[in-house]
Amino acid sequence: METLIAQLLNGLSLGSIYALIALGYTMVYGIIQLINFAHGEILMIGAYAGFFAITKLELGFFPALIVAMVVSVVLGIIVERVAYKPLRNSTRLSALITAIGVSLFLQNGGLQVFGTDYVTFPRAVDKVTYKFLGGNATITSHQILILIITVIMMFILQYIVHKTKTGKAMRAVSYDKDAALLMGVNVDSVITVTFAIGSAFAAVAGVLLGMYYQTIHPLMGSMPGLKAFIAAVLGGIGIIPGAMAGGFLLGIIETLVSGYLSSAYRDVVVFGLLIVILVVKPTGLLGKDTHEKV
Amino acid sequence: MLKVENIDVYYGAIHALKGVSLEVKEGEIVTLIGANGAGKSTSLQTISGLIRQKRGKIMFSGRDISFSPAQEIVRMGISQVPEGRRIFANLSVRENLEMGAYLQKGKEGLKKTLEKVYEKFPRLRERLNQRAGTLSGGEQQMLAMGRALMAQPKLLLLDEPSMGLAPILVKEIFSIIKEINEAGTTILLVEQNAKMALSIANRAYVLETGRIVTSGPAQELAESEQIKKAYLGG
Repeated sequence: METLIAQLLNGLSLGSIYALIALGYTMVYGIIQLINFAHGEILMIGAYAGFFAITKLELGFFPALIVAMVVSVVLGIIVERVAYKPLRNSTRLSALITAIGVSLFLQNGGLQVFGTDYVTFPRAVDKVTYKFLGGNATITSHQILILIITVIMMFILQYIVHKTKTGKAMRAVSYDKDAALLMGVNVDSVITVTFAIGSAFAAVAGVLLGMYYQTIHPLMGSMPGLKAFIAAVLGGIGIIPGAMAGGFLLGIIETLVSGYLSSAYRDVVVFGLLIVILVVKPTGLLGKDTHEKV
Repeated sequence: MLKVENIDVYYGAIHALKGVSLEVKEGEIVTLIGANGAGKSTSLQTISGLIRQKRGKIMFSGRDISFSPAQEIVRMGISQVPEGRRIFANLSVRENLEMGAYLQKGKEGLKKTLEKVYEKFPRLRERLNQRAGTLSGGEQQMLAMGRALMAQPKLLLLDEPSMGLAPILVKEIFSIIKEINEAGTTILLVEQNAKMALSIANRAYVLETGRIVTSGPAQELAESEQIKKAYLGG
């Protein structure tokens, strides 16, 4: 029972990081039907920005988080404008290949600039372990922080998407671009805003991953990026609550497999899950009904 | 008010509009009729800036809008009710209406315009918080029209407002179009239901495979043997 609780708590914190990343995938997909494979690298750059903000600028954890978000947002916007926007009217496949190209470019650029070594991520927040259930289960201050930040970010996102004019425009564009144009929406800026929000979330996830694993590396975005992509598909790509649910679920599945089977099977199970979803319910758990009234 | 001069539009290799010219004067209802695939919707989409003409010019209120971005065209006062309504099914009825007023500034103005739209379409008020996708076809058409009116357009482009509606609803929609016009909005109406369209329009253009073949006062066209044969079912 205690192990189960411990694993669930681990799963929740890892899952919240996946959820943060998955949101970026799903929002961009929702709006331009592109799987932004460079998303993991935006995360990596965010993690490095946070790292330098803490070590070189000697900022605290939260200011460093803001710096990381700003850097990733700028990078995300540049990637969108330079790499994806010119391909807006070409096939989805060319945009997808470009996304993989951008991903490889940033990975190798990262290796070139930051070096190939793992870097220790500074402990900007004290790690305190709290015991409960008679000392049999534990939770760390880092896990609590990850959960709190994730929940706050999700509230902010829900607010933006459902209560602001930009959010309304985002939902309208994702449903019907031409109709949104007829309303006078500047579709290009809405797409840019979407990338900006997704990138900010990736940066937060990057810094949290740095804190969680205590190291960062230029290729650190690749695996969590893929996993979060699976989380987004699991929940139903393009659906925001789906990405959240998918992320948490995937994190929990992963830690349960590591805890009860073997961590060697972790990735097998996760990628196996992707295949199963794609076969059984390709629209994901919260997959939307595509029927329309005529 | 609106002057389309000799526009040529291509979809890839397909020459969809061949030197189309038409004019809409302030206060008029002008209809563009023709068979499926004649280029009616293409004409409206080009005016709205969703498609670009290869040659020719589009003038609105004395300004050249041939290459203005779509949002600029809306800002200048041209709104469109697109074919198939194209409402945002994932948004609520109220949000759809608010999207129509996307470029309008100020909460007070928004409220007033909303009131005007509810007055015209009382059924929308009852369904404000419902998802637009759950509305019936007729209600969706009303929502699409209400949404376009939210922008307080000077010129309203209507693309097949009668499509897929029961005859009684078609009558209702057309009488609303007439009211909108009487309240001061100029209208360019694209229709396959030529009989209805000609009955409310001042002037009409007939489009055939991308070319304007006839034009004139609506009443005259409605009485012409040739038009009767081709578009009014004998």
